[in-house]
Amino acid sequence: MDFTGLFSHFGELTTTGLAQGAIYALVALGYTLVYGVLRLINFAHSEVFISGAFAAIWTWSMLGLNQDSKVSGFGSILLYLLIAMVVAALASALAATVIERVAYRPLRRRNAPPLAFLITAIGASITISEAFGIFTRRLPQGVPNLVSNEPLFHIAGTPIRVMEVLIIGAALLMMVGLDTFINRTRFGRGIRAVAQDPDTAALMGVNRDRTILLVFIAGGTMAGVAGLLYDIRIGAVTYSVGFLLGLKAFTAAVLGGIGNLRGALLGGLLLGLVENYASELFGSQWKDFAAFAVLVVLLMFRPTGLLGESLGRARA
Amino acid sequence: MRQKLARVLGGAALVALVAGGAACSSGGDDAADGACGYKIGFFGALTGSSAALGINMNNGVKLAVDQYNKANPDCKVELVELDSQGSPDQAPQLAQRAIDDEKLLGIVGPAYSGESEAANPLFSEAGLVHITPSATRPSLADQGWKTFFRVIGNDLSQGPAAGTYIKNVLKAEKVYVIDDQSAYGAGLADEVKKVLGPAVVGSDKVQGEGKQSDFSGVVTKVKASGATAIYFGGYYQEAGLIRKQLTNAGVKAPLIAGDGVNDPAYITSAGQDAAEGTILTCPCQPATKARGSFVSDYKALNGVDPGTYSDSAYDAANILLAGIKAGKTTRADLLEFVRGYTGEGVAASYKFTDKGELDPSQVKIWAYKVQGGQVVPDQEIPLG
Repeated sequence: MDFTGLFSHFGELTTTGLAQGAIYALVALGYTLVYGVLRLINFAHSEVFISGAFAAIWTWSMLGLNQDSKVSGFGSILLYLLIAMVVAALASALAATVIERVAYRPLRRRNAPPLAFLITAIGASITISEAFGIFTRRLPQGVPNLVSNEPLFHIAGTPIRVMEVLIIGAALLMMVGLDTFINRTRFGRGIRAVAQDPDTAALMGVNRDRTILLVFIAGGTMAGVAGLLYDIRIGAVTYSVGFLLGLKAFTAAVLGGIGNLRGALLGGLLLGLVENYASELFGSQWKDFAAFAVLVVLLMFRPTGLLGESLGRARA
Repeated sequence: MRQKLARVLGGAALVALVAGGAACSSGGDDAADGACGYKIGFFGALTGSSAALGINMNNGVKLAVDQYNKANPDCKVELVELDSQGSPDQAPQLAQRAIDDEKLLGIVGPAYSGESEAANPLFSEAGLVHITPSATRPSLADQGWKTFFRVIGNDLSQGPAAGTYIKNVLKAEKVYVIDDQSAYGAGLADEVKKVLGPAVVGSDKVQGEGKQSDFSGVVTKVKASGATAIYFGGYYQEAGLIRKQLTNAGVKAPLIAGDGVNDPAYITSAGQDAAEGTILTCPCQPATKARGSFVSDYKALNGVDPGTYSDSAYDAANILLAGIKAGKTTRADLLEFVRGYTGEGVAASYKFTDKGELDPSQVKIWAYKVQGGQVVPDQEIPLG
């Protein structure tokens, strides 16, 4: 146990933990949205995320950037980031759409038992991940150095870096956008209605299939942006990294209360912090142990997660 | 080197099918002029994704056989190429094929550790001697196989050398040691720690096999420790990310690692700038440093420069051929000959321990350096 280390690096561990947590949170939203509406754990969501991460890298490479490129000038950096973000979000939304159309909708039409959904979810996840593996020859794909890691300013001796500000800022912005979309728009009202009571919603004229597709697209968009932020933060992507990140994001969703959007945010940030503090306190080999121990203990006392379940009821 | 679990699982079914078909075909038995029918085999990947090193080795063996046959035109030896594609799934059938060929007296290989684990028990049972020029997993020598020999140092011999390099060449007084908790990575890191003693200012363990990609916790610790050199025991995938994230956080200290990181993917994932100056150790000398006329002879026969392990494969083949020349033309006699062998090769001098390891005093470890996106030889690391 290294408490002096924890105290002396507390600031830096917090900022990097929040950055990683923000990525978890964005991916967690996809799990939570789908669960809230369909009561289905979309295990293929990790591959929705990885589609975005690869799409961003390939967009840059089509624009002539590779892992050795250096880009200067605020304007061009911002442009590269925005283009990659749009492409990543589109790619992930597309992947989510395809998964829903191919793997879930046909089963829903035939009233398949929940176990069938679980297996197609895992099947879709492995198929997509292996396809990326074959296509990338299972090699890590490097990311160009776009965002500088220079400290922007200091708070109580802790450097606050451009990258962390960008990641946390972008993630929060996306979440506020999603929250508004669900709570303030007509489409959002449809989603909440289907989540609450699909039959009544259908009687009131809500198109269930379209609403479900919308949920997948919204979750995919969030995951695509998460993929881009992951690229920037981690620096290289291998085809298989989605699995564990997806599992962590799912954990974050459960931690915050699955089906609850704000819970996903809270759970993600908390998980990122716990991981970082634990790796300083006990050594990095205890990072995952600590993260999942916290989950188990917390669920013992609050079985529905920190903020409780439900997308439709309470205050989503 | 590591066998990736995912790759093995994914490819297993397909490979088993293909291998099943391929194993049925066998080489013809032609008695060419002057041949007295003895054969030696090369066992390693000649096709598939890990074939590059296998081809280096096979070309070295080819040169040895070619020279032997020119010197002994009355009793030529034939080379049998056993293409394993580097797959442990194919190895047992291929090994059986070699064992069933009674004229085959000895084998150079198996080239990789994974296929060695699958094939060597069969060789041991059949009493067929095999000398590997490249499989470096330490545990291979501890399985009680009676026919196993290795002409290079094992993975763990790199550990003390890396420690010596950090101490004497880099002259780093503050070293941070990271490992990936694998037998290979942790084994190396422990050896490095032993050599460096109090110069190790901190250590941490990460997760290997692609299970960890965010290393911010480790980066924070390395930065706070003020280390002037960082040792990483593990493989290229994590090494690339650690290097990149360290550099991004402003840590300029060089990274030192073992041959598990010696892969072009290390440089592509870290990026050329971050990877620059990384030191990689290997129990292999650059083949172009081989003694005598090996380099020019090799090029004349094969049309390319010798690559990694070409020289050690050439030496391994020559040990077997020396036995055949000395009239040890049964498997049992040749095995005894290799066990008692002492002699000079182009890459090193040879003598084996009871377990079939190269005598520790003969092990050579080289440091390689990443320069301009390429891995280039730096210097031999003096041991002891």
